Amino acid sequence: MTSKSKRKLTEGLFLTPTVLAFLVVQIIPFIYGIYYSFTDWTGTGAATKMVGLENYIKIFQDKGFLHSFLITLEFTILNVIAVNVIAFLISLLVTSEIRGRNIYRAGFFVPNLIGGIVLGSIWQFIFSSILPSIGQALNIAGLSKSLITNTNTVMFTMVTVNTWQYAGYIMLIFVAAIQGIPKSVLEAAEVDGAPYWRRIRSIQIPLMANSFTISLFLTLTNSFKMYDVNVALTNGGPTGLWSKTIVNSSELLALNIYNTAFKYNKMAQGQAKAVIFFLVLVVFSVIQVSWNKSKEVEM
Amino acid sequence: MQAEHVHHEHPIERMAGSKPHPGRRLALEIVTFILFILFMMPFLIVVLNSMRTNAEIINQPVGWPENAGNLFANIKSVWENPTFNFLNALRDSVIITVLSLAIISICSAMAAWVLVRNKTKWSNFLFMMYVAAMVIPFQVVMFPLVTWFRDLGNFLHFPMLRSYQGIIFAYLGFGEAMSIFIFHGFIKGVPLELEEAADIDGCTRAGTFFRIVLPLLQPVFVTVLVLNGLWIWNDYLLPLLLLGAGGEIRTIPLAVQGFIGSFVKQWHLIMVSTLLAMLPIIILYIFAQKYIVQGMVDGSIK
Repeated sequence: MTSKSKRKLTEGLFLTPTVLAFLVVQIIPFIYGIYYSFTDWTGTGAATKMVGLENYIKIFQDKGFLHSFLITLEFTILNVIAVNVIAFLISLLVTSEIRGRNIYRAGFFVPNLIGGIVLGSIWQFIFSSILPSIGQALNIAGLSKSLITNTNTVMFTMVTVNTWQYAGYIMLIFVAAIQGIPKSVLEAAEVDGAPYWRRIRSIQIPLMANSFTISLFLTLTNSFKMYDVNVALTNGGPTGLWSKTIVNSSELLALNIYNTAFKYNKMAQGQAKAVIFFLVLVVFSVIQVSWNKSKEVEM
Repeated sequence: MQAEHVHHEHPIERMAGSKPHPGRRLALEIVTFILFILFMMPFLIVVLNSMRTNAEIINQPVGWPENAGNLFANIKSVWENPTFNFLNALRDSVIITVLSLAIISICSAMAAWVLVRNKTKWSNFLFMMYVAAMVIPFQVVMFPLVTWFRDLGNFLHFPMLRSYQGIIFAYLGFGEAMSIFIFHGFIKGVPLELEEAADIDGCTRAGTFFRIVLPLLQPVFVTVLVLNGLWIWNDYLLPLLLLGAGGEIRTIPLAVQGFIGSFVKQWHLIMVSTLLAMLPIIILYIFAQKYIVQGMVDGSIK
C-alpha cells in the first residue's frame, strides 16, 4: 500500500465513528420523522400508509396544541427577560468591588449543575408546602394555597425555577464579557467623573453587546425547549379552561409532544407537532445568523 | 449632566473615585449577600427537611428539625429503598457519562482534525452538515429513534434499547456535532509545521494525531468534557426513552423521578433522594470548579 492511500485510509477510519453515529442517531431518524408525520404511523412495526397533511390539519385544530404553543411563547418571553435581567444584575454585583466575589460567582452557578428533574422536585415542595405555610402564617391570601395547582400562578412558578437554574450560567457569560472590557476605558470614564450608572449604560453595556446576543439566543432556545422542570414541577397541570376547551394549563410544547405520542397514543400527530417545533427553532436560528451577520457588517 | 458638572468642580473628589468607596461597597455587599441567601435557600430547605420526619413536615412545613439525627434514619430508608436503588443508579450514571464522554471527545477530535486538514468539497459539506444539525431538536428525532433502535437491535442481535451500548452510541450521535464544531475552531489555529515535521520524521498519520495533535487539544478538551458531561449526567428524556422508566439500567434522574412517583408527598424521603442525587456533582464541582466554569464560559462563546 502506498503511503498516500494509507493516509487516506487512516483519515477515513478517523471519520467513521462520528459519521456512522450521526447517520444512525440523527439523520435516519430525522428523515423517518418527517416521513412519519405524513402517515398514520402508530410506533409499532405495523405497515403505515400515507395520509397527506391529515396529521398537520388535526394538530392545528387541536386546541390543546394551540394553547401549548401560546403558553410556550409566553414562557419563553417571560423567561428570556427574567433570566437576562437577573443574570445581568448579578454579574454587575460580582464584578464590583465587593469582597468574596469569587465565592459568589461560584455559588450563583450551583443550580445550573443540577438537573431539571431534581430541581423541579425541590421547588414542587417549596411551592406546594413551604410558601403556602408562610402565606397562611402571614395572612397573605395569594400565597396561602399551592402556587402550582393554581392556573394563574403556575406560569410564575416555572419562570422562577428556570430563572433560578439558568441565571448563574448567563451570569458567567456576562462576567467573562465584563472582564474583557479594558480596565483603562472604565478608569478613564471614572476619572472624567462619569457616575456609576452612566459608566454601565454608556460603556459597559455597549461593549458587552456580543455577550447579550449569545445569552439572548441561548435562553431563547433553552426556554422554548424546556422539558425536565416542566415534568417534575407541574407535569402540565392543573387543568384549566381556554377557548371553551379543557386544557393542561402549564403543558409546554416539549411535554405536549411527548404526551400526544405516549399518553394519548397518537404517534403520528406527536411527530407532526415535533416537526412544527423543529421549524420554529429553525426560524430562531435563521434570525440569529442574520443578526450576527448584520453585526459583522457594522464592525 | 448636573452630576458631571459637580464632579468637574471638585478635582480632589475625582481622584477619590479610583479608590474603593466604603459606603457603596458595603451596600453592594449587603445586596449581594441577601440575593445569595435567597439563591441558596432551596438547598438549605433540602438539607433541613432531610433531617425531619414526615409528621414534622406535615404539621409545620417551615421549621427547624427537632432531631438532626433523623437525617441518618432518612438516608438509610432511601438508600435501602429498592425503587430508588441509589448505588445502582450512581453506577449506571457514571458508566454512561464516563464512557460517552471518552468516546465523544476522542472521536470528535479525530473527525475535526481530518475535516480541518483536508480541505476538500466533501469535508466542507460534512462540516456544514454538523453545523446545521445543531438546530435539530431532540423532539423531532426521538420517536423514530426508539422504533429504529429497536429494529436495528433485533436485526444486529445487539440490543440498542435498554443497553449501555445503545445509549452511549446515541450520546455520541447527539453530542458530536457541537464537539466537532468546538474542536474544529481550535484546530484551525494549530500551526501545521509541527505535523509536517512529524510526517517527515516518518510518523504515521494516526501517530501524528495521537502524539502531536491530541496533547495540544487539552484546553479545548475541558470545554467539550464539561458541556457534554453536565448535559449527559443530568439528562432525563433520552434515558427515559432508550432505557425505559422501570428498566434494569437506570440513571440518577430516572431513579429520582421513579422514586418521587411512588412516594408522593413523602417530602422527607423525597428531599433525601434529591440530596443524594445532587451530592456527586456538587462534590465534583468543589474540586473542579475552575475547569467547570471555564468550560461553560468557553463553550457558550464558541
